[in-house]
Amino acid sequence: MTTTPLAVEATGLVKTFGSNRAVDGVDLRVEAGTVYGVLGPNGAGKTTTISMLATLLRPDGGEARVLGHDVRREPQTVRSLIGVTGQYASVDETLSATENLVIFARLLGLSRGDAKRKAVELLERFGLSEAASRPLKKFSGGMRRRLDLAASLIAQPPLIFLDEPTTGLDPRTRAQMWDTIRELVATGSTVLLTTQYLDEADQLADRIAVIDHGRVVAEGTADELKSSVGTASLQLRLADADADALATAASLVERVLGTPAVVSPEGARLTAPMTAPDRVTDLLVSFREAGVSLAEMSVQKPTLDEVFLTITGSPTSADADTDTESERALEGSPA
Amino acid sequence: MTTLAPTPTTTSSPRVTPRPGIGGTGPAATVRQSFTMAYRGLVKIRRTPEQLFDVTLMPIVFTVMFTYIFGGAISGDVGSYLPVIIPGILVQTAITSSVVTGVQLREDMDKGVFDRFRSLPIARIAPLAGALLADTVRYAIATTITFVVGIVMGLRPAGGLGAVLLAALLVIVVAWAISWVFAYFGVIARTASSVSGIANLVLFPLTFLSNAFVPTDTLPAWLRWFTEVNPVSHLITAVRDLVNHGVVGGDLWLSLLGAAVVVAVFAPLTVRAYMRKA
Repeated sequence: MTTTPLAVEATGLVKTFGSNRAVDGVDLRVEAGTVYGVLGPNGAGKTTTISMLATLLRPDGGEARVLGHDVRREPQTVRSLIGVTGQYASVDETLSATENLVIFARLLGLSRGDAKRKAVELLERFGLSEAASRPLKKFSGGMRRRLDLAASLIAQPPLIFLDEPTTGLDPRTRAQMWDTIRELVATGSTVLLTTQYLDEADQLADRIAVIDHGRVVAEGTADELKSSVGTASLQLRLADADADALATAASLVERVLGTPAVVSPEGARLTAPMTAPDRVTDLLVSFREAGVSLAEMSVQKPTLDEVFLTITGSPTSADADTDTESERALEGSPA
Repeated sequence: MTTLAPTPTTTSSPRVTPRPGIGGTGPAATVRQSFTMAYRGLVKIRRTPEQLFDVTLMPIVFTVMFTYIFGGAISGDVGSYLPVIIPGILVQTAITSSVVTGVQLREDMDKGVFDRFRSLPIARIAPLAGALLADTVRYAIATTITFVVGIVMGLRPAGGLGAVLLAALLVIVVAWAISWVFAYFGVIARTASSVSGIANLVLFPLTFLSNAFVPTDTLPAWLRWFTEVNPVSHLITAVRDLVNHGVVGGDLWLSLLGAAVVVAVFAPLTVRAYMRKA
C-alpha cells in the first residue's frame, strides 16, 4: 500500500432531480497522475457526477474534494485547477477554431499575444492548424472534440474531466482521441473520464468504477474487474428457446459449475464464469441427461461486458439515445 | 457497493494551489472578462451579419414606408413629417432591438459553450455583462442608420450635430437600460422564441400607442391618456426636443430617470436569476 496523493476524493455524493436520485451516494478516489474511468450505461449518473466534481452542479449530499479543495466551499479554486470537456462540444459554433481558443485564453487572463500563441500551439498539437480559421460549422465531429479538448488545456490544468470523449466518433477518430488522451497522461495530468464503452475504459483507464443507477457497483483495475467474473466464460445457446429449457439449463449450470449463470432470454443464451474448465464435461453430460440440446457453445475470455453484465445484471445499452437526452435536460436544471 | 479490490489506503490529498494569473474574479479581471465576452459577441455578429437586419434594414424600410404613407396625411408633406417620425422610428427600432439581448442570451445559455464558461475560473457575471455591452453596438448602428436615412430624405436637424449626437446617446442609454428587462426574461425563460414572443406582445402596443407616428390630440381621451403616460412617448418627445430644437427638456430627464429605475429594478433581478443558473 503506497500513499499516493489523491486528485479526486468524493464521498457519498448525491444529486436528486425531483424524485429521481440521479447520483445516489457515489464514492470516488482518483490518484494523481492516473486515468480513472467511470463506466456505465446512459442515464447511470456519470455526467451528473462529473458535473458536480467540476462545480457545474451543486451536490445535494456528500463531500467532494478536487486536488484538496472542497467543490462546494472553494468552487473558484477548483475551477482554476481543472479542464472540462463535456459530452457535447462546448465551443462556439459561429466562431473559428482560433477565435474560440483566443477568447477562452483571454478569459483566463492571458495577454492578447500570449492568447494567440497559445491558440496556435494547441491547434498545432491537435492537428487543427489547417482548419484554424474555418468556422466550426464545417468541422467534423472528431475535429470538434479535439478543439474542445484543446480548449480544456489552455490553462494546463493538473486535472482534466472528459465526459464521454469518444461518443459518436467513428473508430478511426476514436483511436486518435485515445492517443491524445494517453499523451495527456504522459505529461503528468490526471484524467477522469466517463464512458459507456467498455473497451475504452479497458484501453485507457488505470482504475475503473462501474456505475449504475447512480451508484458505484464495482471498482478496481480492469484486470481485477475481469478476474472477478472468472478467468473465462462459457457461452451457451440453447436450441430450444422456451423458458423451461432455459431454467433447467440455468439450474444445471449452477449445480455443476457452482456459480449462477447470467440468462439472456432473447437469444436463449446463458453465460457463466468458467473457473474450472474440467467441469464443463460434467455440465455437458448433465445437459444430455436432462434433454437440453445446445445450438452453440463457446468459451470466451472475459471482457468488461461480462463484468458489467454480472455486476448490474443487465446488458449495457449503448444505443439508448433518449436516456442521454433526458439526462442532459435534467442537467440543464439550475445548480 | 462491491469493492473488488482493496482501495489503496490513501488519505493524503494535498491542496494543490492554482498557478498564479489563471482567471480571477476581482473588479479589474471582471471588467477585462466582460470586454472579452463583448468581443465574442461582436465577432459573432460579424460572422452572422443577418443578425443585424433588425437594426440595419428595419429602420430603412420603416422610415421610408411610414414617411411616405403618413407624411402627407399628418403633416401636409413628407418634408415636414420627417422631424416628427425620425425620432419615433429611432426609438421604436432601438427599443425593439433590445429584445435581441434576451433572445441571444437564452440561446447562448442553452449551448454547450456556456458549460465551459461556467467551468472557467472567471467572474460569473462576465458573460452577462459582455452580452449587454456588445448590444450597445447594435443600438449605435440602429441610431446611425435611422438618422442617415432621415437626413438623406431631407431631415435638417435644427438642433445641430451636437444635439443629434446627444439624442443618439440618450436612445442608446435607454435601449441598454431596457435590454436588462429582456435579459431577465432571457435568463428565466425556457426557450428563446418565448422571449421574443412575450417581448413583441408588450412592445408592439407600447411603441405604437405612443406619439411616435401621429399627434396624440386626435385620439380618443382614454387612448390619449395612455399615450401621454407611456414612457416611450416621453423618450420620443425628448429626442424631438433635442433634434428639432436643440432643447434639453424635462422629458429627457424623465427618460433618464425611467431608464435608471428600470436598471435599478431589473439589473439585480437579472443578476440574481442568472447567478442561480450559472
